[in-house]
Amino acid sequence: MAVIRDIMPAFQLYQPSSVADAQKLLQQHGNDAWVMAGGLDSFDWLKDRIKKPKALVDLSGIDELRGVRTTGDGIEIGAMTTLTEVVRHPVVKEKYGLLAQAAELVASPQIRNQGTLGGNVSQDARCWYYRAGWPCYRAGGNICYADTPVGRNREHAILHAERCVAVNPSDSAPALIALDAKFVIQTPKGERVVDAENYFLGPDIDITHMNILEPGHLLTAIRIPSTWAGAQFYFEKVRDRNVWDFPLLNVASAMRLSGDTIQNLRIAVNGAAARPLRLKAVEDSVRGKPRSAATGEMAGKLAVQGAVPLQSNAYKIPLMRNLVKRSISGAQEAAWAS
Amino acid sequence: MGIIEWATSPLGQNVPIHIAWFLIWVALIAGMLFLIVHAIYIRYFAKEKEFVADASPKVAAQLPARIPRHSLAARLFHWIMAASMFVLLFTAFLPKVGVRFDWVTYHWIAGTVLTISIIFHIIHASFYLDFWSIWPDRADLEDAWKRFQRFMGKSSALPRKFAKYPLENKLYHGAIIVTGMSVILTGVFMMSRVRTIFFPRNPYLFSDMTWGLMYVLHGLAGVGLITLVIVHVYFAIRPEKLPITASMIVGTMSREFYLKEHDPKRWVVEASPNTPRGAVDGD
Repeated sequence: MAVIRDIMPAFQLYQPSSVADAQKLLQQHGNDAWVMAGGLDSFDWLKDRIKKPKALVDLSGIDELRGVRTTGDGIEIGAMTTLTEVVRHPVVKEKYGLLAQAAELVASPQIRNQGTLGGNVSQDARCWYYRAGWPCYRAGGNICYADTPVGRNREHAILHAERCVAVNPSDSAPALIALDAKFVIQTPKGERVVDAENYFLGPDIDITHMNILEPGHLLTAIRIPSTWAGAQFYFEKVRDRNVWDFPLLNVASAMRLSGDTIQNLRIAVNGAAARPLRLKAVEDSVRGKPRSAATGEMAGKLAVQGAVPLQSNAYKIPLMRNLVKRSISGAQEAAWAS
Repeated sequence: MGIIEWATSPLGQNVPIHIAWFLIWVALIAGMLFLIVHAIYIRYFAKEKEFVADASPKVAAQLPARIPRHSLAARLFHWIMAASMFVLLFTAFLPKVGVRFDWVTYHWIAGTVLTISIIFHIIHASFYLDFWSIWPDRADLEDAWKRFQRFMGKSSALPRKFAKYPLENKLYHGAIIVTGMSVILTGVFMMSRVRTIFFPRNPYLFSDMTWGLMYVLHGLAGVGLITLVIVHVYFAIRPEKLPITASMIVGTMSREFYLKEHDPKRWVVEASPNTPRGAVDGD
């Protein structure tokens, strides 16, 4: 139950100094291993004694997982790079400002100093029934406590809910999807590179995991191609407390314009489903259209098609509609005609 | 290592949540072991089947060349049920062994198809077919005892040939009834836990304990069906059973096979090739 005991359960602590060593440890311990990046998600689980791994692999001593590197086609960010480092990096700020904006809105300065980009995209759901250790679907049980007439589901999913209605709480994830980032994963079979949007899993595919990482896998870097470098970016996060909170919803978009016409767009939202959603239908529908309030309004309506509110989160539908509209037509055009 | 996974409910009650998933492998291995042992037995140890003499040449001569065995409706039911069963098993257990896909929707749709087809079958078998032909009768048990005595090397009279269905078929059908009805009845209630087109979600229909037991029963019957389906497919493709399998496709079997395996007194076939309905039953 949700009693913070503060004393973590006993586990073997491993602090490898290289990716190769970390991989060996992860393969050696398989399902019993817990990967810790910044520790902000991990310590919650461990101090609540809800997760009790036998081996904890702390990645903080692996230098090769840190830093932002310029490559032939964009940049590569080590998975253990802190969010503060991402925010302050000159190349990120200059060319990939969308990610800098998103990372800067994560939690508080102290948390951004400790939290890592890899950890932010890989963090677990924040549904309190799940975090409290109740035997819900996501915890391997057979019920969703949030999706009931009396469940506390104000922060939960409006789209793609499948038994579990928890949402993905990452701010950087939609920005990386909008930037067409690639996630580099070391697996026992070698390196695997996946599109950012394919890194995340919904409950329809795997109800107990938020991403495709399997035992023995390690997210080592995130590559951002130059495709969207310097594009027009928009990131907006709506949260209960502006100083420090998880998103109720956020939106990230990267846009290329030709005059006033939208040449190309990538847009993603988070907080609406168990995985960050790339809005492909919206992207296709606005391509070649003028950047205007009408286009934004049409895109907003399209974005929420199929949304099913729970008892207490119907507000997310107009919120998402409006965020999508603003991301396309700009905040100044946000007023709805109707 | 228990066969049931337990969890603590929000009320502090220890409740079952589902079966332990290693049972999938147990069921799979059990099915494979059965077919290996049976195949070895048939290949190296089994004796030729012996039956007491039955049909006179006169009776045999009056039979049509093709003996009607399964009506079109019965065959359609069988294959729809088989397809839905395979979909149900694959969508239920592949995700548990690491194959990731959107399985729930396919699972409840296949479950709905199975449920409807079973309802049809119950009505069809009860009112349009010979309902009792698939249930073991006294003659089955007497003949089974004779076969067992002879298998053990003791002297016993020869058994009769089979009625429409051998005792093994009837027992298999009984096992399918138990497991099938278990997964269907629990599955219908479990659909109220997911979003379907049929009724609003209501996870509080039962207590956590009742739900847990329902999931366990669904799981146990489900893994049982893995073994049963393996056994069924194995027998369907065994050379000596192919005429029976073929009859589930074309609806008939040859007169020779009928006379070799079946007792015309216990499974009466009309002399005319255009056999009237009711005299020769479907499945």
